[in-house]
Amino acid sequence: MMLSAHHKLQLYGALLLLPAALLLTTFAYIPTVTTLISSLFLPGFRGAPAEFVGLENYQVLFIDPTFWKVARNNLLYALGTIPTSIALALGMALFVNARLPGRGLVRMAYFTPTILPMIAAANIWMFFYAPQIGLFNKLLGALGFSGVNWLGDPAVALGSVMAMSVWKEAGFFMIFYLAALQGMPPELKEASDLEGTSRWSFFWRVTFPLLMPTTLFVLINALINAVRVVDHLFILTKGGPNNATNLLLYYVYENSFAFFDRTTAATITVVILLTLAIIATLKFTLLDRRTHYQ
Amino acid sequence: MSSLTAFSPSTARRVHAWRSLETIAAWLLALIWIFPLLYAFWAAFHPSEYMVRFDLLAPLTLDNFANAWAQAPFARYYFNTFALVTGVVVGQFVVCTLAAFAFARFPLPGKNVLFMLVLIQLFIFPEVLIVENYRMVSELGLINTLTGVGLPYVASAFGIFLLRQTFKTIPQELEDAARIEGCSWLAILWKVYVPLAKPTYLAYGLVSISHHWNNFLWPLVVTNSVESRPLTVGLGIFSAPETGVNWATISAATLLSIAPLLVAFLLFQRQFVQSFLRAGIR
Repeated sequence: MMLSAHHKLQLYGALLLLPAALLLTTFAYIPTVTTLISSLFLPGFRGAPAEFVGLENYQVLFIDPTFWKVARNNLLYALGTIPTSIALALGMALFVNARLPGRGLVRMAYFTPTILPMIAAANIWMFFYAPQIGLFNKLLGALGFSGVNWLGDPAVALGSVMAMSVWKEAGFFMIFYLAALQGMPPELKEASDLEGTSRWSFFWRVTFPLLMPTTLFVLINALINAVRVVDHLFILTKGGPNNATNLLLYYVYENSFAFFDRTTAATITVVILLTLAIIATLKFTLLDRRTHYQ
Repeated sequence: MSSLTAFSPSTARRVHAWRSLETIAAWLLALIWIFPLLYAFWAAFHPSEYMVRFDLLAPLTLDNFANAWAQAPFARYYFNTFALVTGVVVGQFVVCTLAAFAFARFPLPGKNVLFMLVLIQLFIFPEVLIVENYRMVSELGLINTLTGVGLPYVASAFGIFLLRQTFKTIPQELEDAARIEGCSWLAILWKVYVPLAKPTYLAYGLVSISHHWNNFLWPLVVTNSVESRPLTVGLGIFSAPETGVNWATISAATLLSIAPLLVAFLLFQRQFVQSFLRAGIR
């Protein structure tokens, strides 16, 4: 049998793709499909076959107040951390893009939290938040205030977790803004200086609109991270007190590996997958192929 | 300040005052941002009674590091993280290079659909599918092995994407020239494409190293003994509040586990920042 040159190339290409295809199928596609399937079944008792229950697992999940609490936490977490990180990142980028004494050091200080593991960052912040010996309460005590239970008070705990996330993330987003700022044609600034435009209106009318693609890019990444990164909860709060800081992926972990309820875990995973699908759609419609990918 | 000479002296003074204010704000923010890390250093190098007593004359000590090293098998954790990160990055380089080459240069049927399918993994990470991936890894008999920790990350959509972009910018003529000299496809990949994509490999490699050095949730789930736990998981277990380990020791342990990456970052700051920029997504 003789293969035409074109078919030979096709075969060769397919072979090159094979390892990646096998791995992606094993660890991405099959698990996605089996997650969907297990969310539609109830496991049988004592080796009985699993029973198809349609959307019943979702009905059960949607009347579970804890699920709604966790979903609400995750939404608050996103709303609380993302705009703050983005604003800070932009501010940092503007700072280190200007003439500034010790610019290198300042940039390093902003960026360093980015390369720490979330676990290490949480450990460090634990020293601040701990009720008796923590630095924050010691400082408050020294000033004559009574201490705050930063991680133990349900009203404060999520805020404390968010503060740490912002600290960890802002410097990462800064570098994208910084690159965008450095890519801006200097003529824009020169022209506006000649016309006597104030720096404030130059920022809002020129810089900020030109940074829009970067802002969208950063926003998409921040959204993904808000769903995906829960490592710090293992150290700071374990989702407590009374689920006040629990986030969706951590709740999946709890259901699966602490309560051994794989069905509920799969059902919540589907909710997470849907959220990620929305973010992906946002990315491909808003961002297109414009920024950072050249 | 030459650009300000056109303005009246009072305007210049106002702008100057504003600039100084900005400098102060920038430095203040920088101090706040680096403070947690400095504090960790303070706590790690001083006896624990100085945790919240800032005394410049406080005695320096390495006892906390010695304690941490003695109380948990950090040497083993180091080895595991090192092996894991090396394995993942080498695996990613090989698998993603081959796939990216196929996407960039071969006439595959339904190539665009296939590529979109690959890109899905930019959003669906192994740790999001933790329940089913755990089941998959246990069916493969890889629970509590470094292979089980690393394998789900080897076919990285992100690596395929980055390398494909780079390969597509390489002029066809170079490839043709190599072919005239009688190079096979793999030789062309190895001698033409890979060397020209070096900056991409460096960027992707650095991002991937930092990601896997820091990864926690998936390794936590897959490992259950000292033999396979990476540093992050070891540190997480070591510093869990219920273990009652003293704080100065936890500080030292935390610094121990971030030290290699932190030192590498401080030495090669520019490369790190450039890599993160180039790579965009971790």
